[in-house]
Amino acid sequence: MLVFGQFLEVLIGGLLAGVLYSLVALGFVLIFKASGVFNFAQGAMVLLAGLALVRSLDFLAARGVPTWAAILLALLFAAIVMAITAALIQKLVLGPLVNQSDLSLFMATIGITFVLEGAGQMLFGSDVYPLSLFPTDAWFILDSVFDGGILVNKLDVWGGLIAGALVAGLAIFFQRTKTGRALRAVADDHAAAESVGIPITWIWFVVWLVAGLVALVAATVWGTKLGVQFSIVFLALKALPVLIIGGFTSVPGAIVGGLIVGAGEKIAEVYLGQHIGGGIEYWFAYVLALAVLLVRPQGLFGERIIERI
Amino acid sequence: MLYREAGQFKTSYAADMAIFPIRQDRIALLLLLAFAFVGIPLLAHFQLWPLGSDYMLRAILIPFLILALAAIGVNILVGYCGQISLGSGAFMAIGAYSAYKFGTGVHIPLEFIGSEIAIPPLPVLPSILLGGLMAAIVGILFGIPSLRIKGLYLAVATLAAQFFFDWVFLRVQWFTNYAPSGSVNAPDLVFFGYFVHSPIERYLLCLIFVTVFALIAKNLVRGNIGRQWMAIRDMDIAAELMGIRPLYAKLTAFAVSSFIVGVAGALWAFVYLGSWEPLAFSIDRSLQLLFMVIIGGLGSILGSFLGAAFILILPIMLDQVPHALGIPISVETVSLLVFVVTGSLICYLLIVEPHGFARLWAIAKEKLRLWPFPY
Amino acid sequence: MKADIQERSGAAAAAHALSDRVIGDVLLSVENVSLAFGGVKAISDVSFDIRKGEIRAIIGPNGAGKTSMLNVINGFYHPNEGTITFKGTRRRDMRPYIAASQGISRTFQNLALFKGMTTLDNIMAGRALKMRRGLLWQALHWGPALAEEIRHREAVEKIIDFLEIQHIRKAPVGKLPYGLQKRVELGRALAMEPELLLLDEPMAGMNLEEKKDMSRYILTVNDQLGTTVALIEHDMGVVMDISDRVVVLEYGRKIADGTPEEVQRNQRVIDAYLGISH
Repeated sequence: MLVFGQFLEVLIGGLLAGVLYSLVALGFVLIFKASGVFNFAQGAMVLLAGLALVRSLDFLAARGVPTWAAILLALLFAAIVMAITAALIQKLVLGPLVNQSDLSLFMATIGITFVLEGAGQMLFGSDVYPLSLFPTDAWFILDSVFDGGILVNKLDVWGGLIAGALVAGLAIFFQRTKTGRALRAVADDHAAAESVGIPITWIWFVVWLVAGLVALVAATVWGTKLGVQFSIVFLALKALPVLIIGGFTSVPGAIVGGLIVGAGEKIAEVYLGQHIGGGIEYWFAYVLALAVLLVRPQGLFGERIIERI
Repeated sequence: MLYREAGQFKTSYAADMAIFPIRQDRIALLLLLAFAFVGIPLLAHFQLWPLGSDYMLRAILIPFLILALAAIGVNILVGYCGQISLGSGAFMAIGAYSAYKFGTGVHIPLEFIGSEIAIPPLPVLPSILLGGLMAAIVGILFGIPSLRIKGLYLAVATLAAQFFFDWVFLRVQWFTNYAPSGSVNAPDLVFFGYFVHSPIERYLLCLIFVTVFALIAKNLVRGNIGRQWMAIRDMDIAAELMGIRPLYAKLTAFAVSSFIVGVAGALWAFVYLGSWEPLAFSIDRSLQLLFMVIIGGLGSILGSFLGAAFILILPIMLDQVPHALGIPISVETVSLLVFVVTGSLICYLLIVEPHGFARLWAIAKEKLRLWPFPY
Repeated sequence: MKADIQERSGAAAAAHALSDRVIGDVLLSVENVSLAFGGVKAISDVSFDIRKGEIRAIIGPNGAGKTSMLNVINGFYHPNEGTITFKGTRRRDMRPYIAASQGISRTFQNLALFKGMTTLDNIMAGRALKMRRGLLWQALHWGPALAEEIRHREAVEKIIDFLEIQHIRKAPVGKLPYGLQKRVELGRALAMEPELLLLDEPMAGMNLEEKKDMSRYILTVNDQLGTTVALIEHDMGVVMDISDRVVVLEYGRKIADGTPEEVQRNQRVIDAYLGISH
């Protein structure tokens, strides 16, 4: 029972950590679904959003603004920053590149990553900034079944709830609203969508804005967990295996992929890591993604690509 | 009236296919090589500007040469064959650590057979080349999935290689010969009995490697295999229907590319750093190489050189220019500024001239052919 | 009608009609081939053959499955049912490498040129299958590899002369006008020295002059090299003029198969595709 209890703890911890990856992956899926662009800069967007949030929060708190007001204003400020960023990216980079190959667009997002990382830190500073928007203490559940209970981190639970809400919100957005439908049309075929009067530039701005807001949400959770700092960008790289496993175009895929990666990593680290020397978390997700790619190149939930010539 | 082709007729296909068909280009190249092989060592020996101190050689020319070599390797895979790789740093690491093991003696006990593999320490040149070979073998392994996996998915697979090997060289202590600090010292650089030590000698060593490999690379890309690589890059389905085997083309691209990058890695470790840790070959290095290739020009050997020069010089310029103008600027701001400038330049180039500096250079030459006439 | 057909392909067509080409045995045949993508049936139970030395046209309205048929012959698509027999060997499906090495080459409806290369390199790429010298010799670009490169360059130059594209030899193909791009693609297909040449709408988007030239090239290749040609084409004048036999597809099924005159008079074909016969 003890061993199973331990396993359950690791599993739950992993699943919840995986949900946090999904939060970042959702931003990727959004942009990819709506514009076919793979946004390498999503992680940098999380960093930028986090920096804007935490610095404005500290600024307001230092001036004696009551906490709840400070949080709201800081969130608003960060959202505005992400909106401006979305507009600039659309106007300066993606607009001119609209007819180029996927490879070019991908490399442009790598360029954007560097610009956001550099500019973000130049504007807001490059230290580690702690954020405490959520409770982070431990919580022991099921202590009637397992001796001492299973350790679960409250922050992770909050992360799970938020991710769930976000997914539901996004699903409604895509299926029910006019803009959401337009987004799906644009994703399928830019030229056709344009020809029926859908304003592409506006749509893409909306997509990047929403992705930026998703990044902001991810930043609130990740920032509380780790503090807002440069290495958050590397977490975003972890979202790549999540996307591979889940499929680039699938919102539920992002969640499932995140759960698999999170749980897989933790379990591998605890049970496999002691034999091979530890630190497996660093690469396990990627190798798992590679294995999935070999068997099912479009991911678990992704669409099969039929090539035509 | 300097740059004209008038009167230069090619009387054979071999002449038409030469690397520099225009006579003025050949003369320019010979002058450049003369300067590189003779001029620079002389300047350095007599400590004349700009080689007054060791700085130029040690901090600029030597890393430039080695990174240009690595960029050529990356360009073959990414620029000529169109396979994105975010893992080139790992291949440099494989080259470096393999060369180190071959140079210090390999001993692998095989208890289950009851024997062992024991190779005595090899001289430096074979070690470096074998390092490249090891990188090529791993490159082939990671290239095998490239038949089923394309584009962005392949990029993620190469990231897997990067992170996996980061971990391997950190944790598997066999590679560092169980050094307690985790960092490793290169063996003495003895080539054919000659002890390479001073900056000038190291520079000439790198120059020789780079010249030989650049020539080999140029020969490959203008021949049959180069056309196969580019065909796969441009229209892989049509290429396959013409009888080009995608697996052969892609695997040779991975193999040749990884070999060159591996040799560059061994040179980086042995000749430039002297002593190193796995961090020298992390994802930052992979991205740096990718940027060199994009900025310099995808699918261009010259572009690899231009890109390497630019990326190397940029932080130095961003540091020196404000100082020269009297504006104080912290080291940290410089590195952040490098990020912003590099990123912006990549976006700008992708929009304006996707073929990078190499294309800008070719356009300039075109204009020069007409000069002083406007058209 | 006869008069303007004559004008279109001119002397070549006249010579072609009078030439002593021999149309031989069956070179390629497809038997009961069916192909479906998900729920969509692209080809349903189609059988026809192509004889050595002939020019076989495949016609039909859009969506009839003509390009899919060529893709099956090439080995790009694998049929769900049926077999393909090429040079006497019957197969369940074709593989691209086998098709190419056995002598099938092709042009594409939407052009599939290698946009990053010059005209010369594109056509030289067509020789890739025939170039055997290994990587190490190529790295030296000397001796056997250089001799091989020159030999194939000579063969390619002959094709360039034939197609009259010397002036754009070193031009990047992406920058060329559409008609010239189509010609380069034909050159690339010819570089493989094919026994069976598959042409997917080679005249699409061309003006009268360009069509004349293209017809001339196809006829000359068929006459002088004995290359068997299968072509998909919408211009009925061209089809009537240069093809020996025609197969007509509609919604993935074969609805007629015979000489151009027979097909032109076939009521089903008229209803489906030709409109009022004239």
